[in-house]
Amino acid sequence: MSASLPPAIKDDFPLLSRSVHGRPIVYLDSAATSQKPRAVLDAMAVYYATVNANVHRGAYEIAAQATEAMEGARRAVARFVNAASANEIVFTKNVTEAINLVARSWGGANLGPGDAVLVTEMEHHANIVPWHIMAAERGFELRWIPLTPDGRLDLENLDRLLDGVKLVGCTAMSNVLGTLNPIRRLADAAHGAGALLLVDAAQYVPHLPTDVQALGADFLGFTGHKMCGPTGIGVLWARAELLDAMPPFLGGGEMILDVRKDGFLPNEIPHKFEAGTPPIAEIVGLGAAVEYLSGLGMDRVREHEVSLTAYALRTLSERYGDDLVVHGPPEPAARGGVLSMAYRDVHPHDVSQVLDQHGVCVRAGHHCAKPLMRQLGVGATARASLYVYNDESDIDALADALAEAGELFAW
Amino acid sequence: MSGLEDLYREILLDHYRNPRHRGELEVPPAVRAEGFNPLCGDEVIVYVDVGADDVVQAVAIGGQGCSISQSSASMMAAGIRGRPVAEVRRLVRAFKSMMSIHSHEIGGEAEDDDEGGGLDPDDMKLGDLEALRGVVKFPVRIKCATLSWNTLVQALDETAHP
Repeated sequence: MSASLPPAIKDDFPLLSRSVHGRPIVYLDSAATSQKPRAVLDAMAVYYATVNANVHRGAYEIAAQATEAMEGARRAVARFVNAASANEIVFTKNVTEAINLVARSWGGANLGPGDAVLVTEMEHHANIVPWHIMAAERGFELRWIPLTPDGRLDLENLDRLLDGVKLVGCTAMSNVLGTLNPIRRLADAAHGAGALLLVDAAQYVPHLPTDVQALGADFLGFTGHKMCGPTGIGVLWARAELLDAMPPFLGGGEMILDVRKDGFLPNEIPHKFEAGTPPIAEIVGLGAAVEYLSGLGMDRVREHEVSLTAYALRTLSERYGDDLVVHGPPEPAARGGVLSMAYRDVHPHDVSQVLDQHGVCVRAGHHCAKPLMRQLGVGATARASLYVYNDESDIDALADALAEAGELFAW
Repeated sequence: MSGLEDLYREILLDHYRNPRHRGELEVPPAVRAEGFNPLCGDEVIVYVDVGADDVVQAVAIGGQGCSISQSSASMMAAGIRGRPVAEVRRLVRAFKSMMSIHSHEIGGEAEDDDEGGGLDPDDMKLGDLEALRGVVKFPVRIKCATLSWNTLVQALDETAHP
């Protein structure tokens, strides 16, 4: 079972001890944002209380300590995803900004009429809209990898789709379907066609051991707040030679070596892409988050989520049979712990409203994936998503609360 | 604590189960407007046919959404047919005033009986629409309740009549 993670893990997360509407909270929305362990909250509080100073300037002691706190976190993040060098870790606001950075900087320098960018029908809007914006500006084509009926990528015509493509953008794990995509295969196919691969790993890095070199990607974005870290801090990883060749994204302090009246010299990577004072406390918090997850062991995190996903799929199927459909691949090993549910014809908003009265937090909506929603033929889903602190009691609470939604909307 | 019974009144569920005036109208003479709730993906399509006498001759509702947005649209359709446009606009103001979180939080219950926005509740009977009053206690759902009303206003603004 899921005995590989410590059973008292909920105690690490202060928020999980509160109640909602008089009931203990059952937090099942970690695909939107995860809760934060005390270790992360403490690291940020200690940083502000004892170290706070601006980074990369000032020769005084605490300025040096602040810089070391930030750069130490960068090294920890680099180790966490097995980057070849900490210089390949660019701090951004979130994955959205990471992808916009690539679209604007790399895309602006490399894409034009006759070119194509290939994305999938299961992308989050963050990996669609930046390409729409740039396509309108630069005149390249935006092309789509279709899906199979059970929510996987349909790669049958991949070779034909890759013709003329300069960049493939793909989520490593769907935030709606939970589908784990074959990133290595896509990387090899993209490279064979002379294209680069950008991976949206927002739902992947928090839940599976990640080795950016083994995945074979060229760009990979992830975000702190979905992996026990604070909001406002994300990461763009990219191979150093790509970052070196790319023009700056935002201009300002920190990203320069020299500024004259007739121009400027950009800084070395990764600082070239980090204009302005960075969110230092958030970076420190992200560093604490990856240390926390490393302490748990990402293999065990994944094992825990596979077994809990299996339990959830089994429980919901036993209790509700054909009345409840979970979108996406049926095998727990092929997916993450993201359960987008269609419960009879009860609208997802109404499902989540009833669940809320039971203290059960799930997300109802289109999950920023409207092309996928249209593909599924639904306007919205009610999504329960799992993380390290969830256990079988949370699934049981979800299943119990669903019964009331069924009663209220029975006719 | 706000219980679900405040939100899901029986009359509301009845409109959700048996929506009134579902369908389409021929455009023209009717006018068609679409409304979206970008947060949840709900969408509503409102058709209104306003006669030369400025009376709503016919109304039809399309689209899909949750129990709150769909029942609100159904009650709205039932409530505006056969009424002069000026009166319909007053009804919209009365309904949106009922859905205003601020008058409830700041003004308290007494505010409800005032002529907020120049309307007289005796003149402007909300009828079945009163069943939606409980939505105000669930602020996230207010946009669901007002979606069809905002879309109706769009449609009325597009009619050729003043």
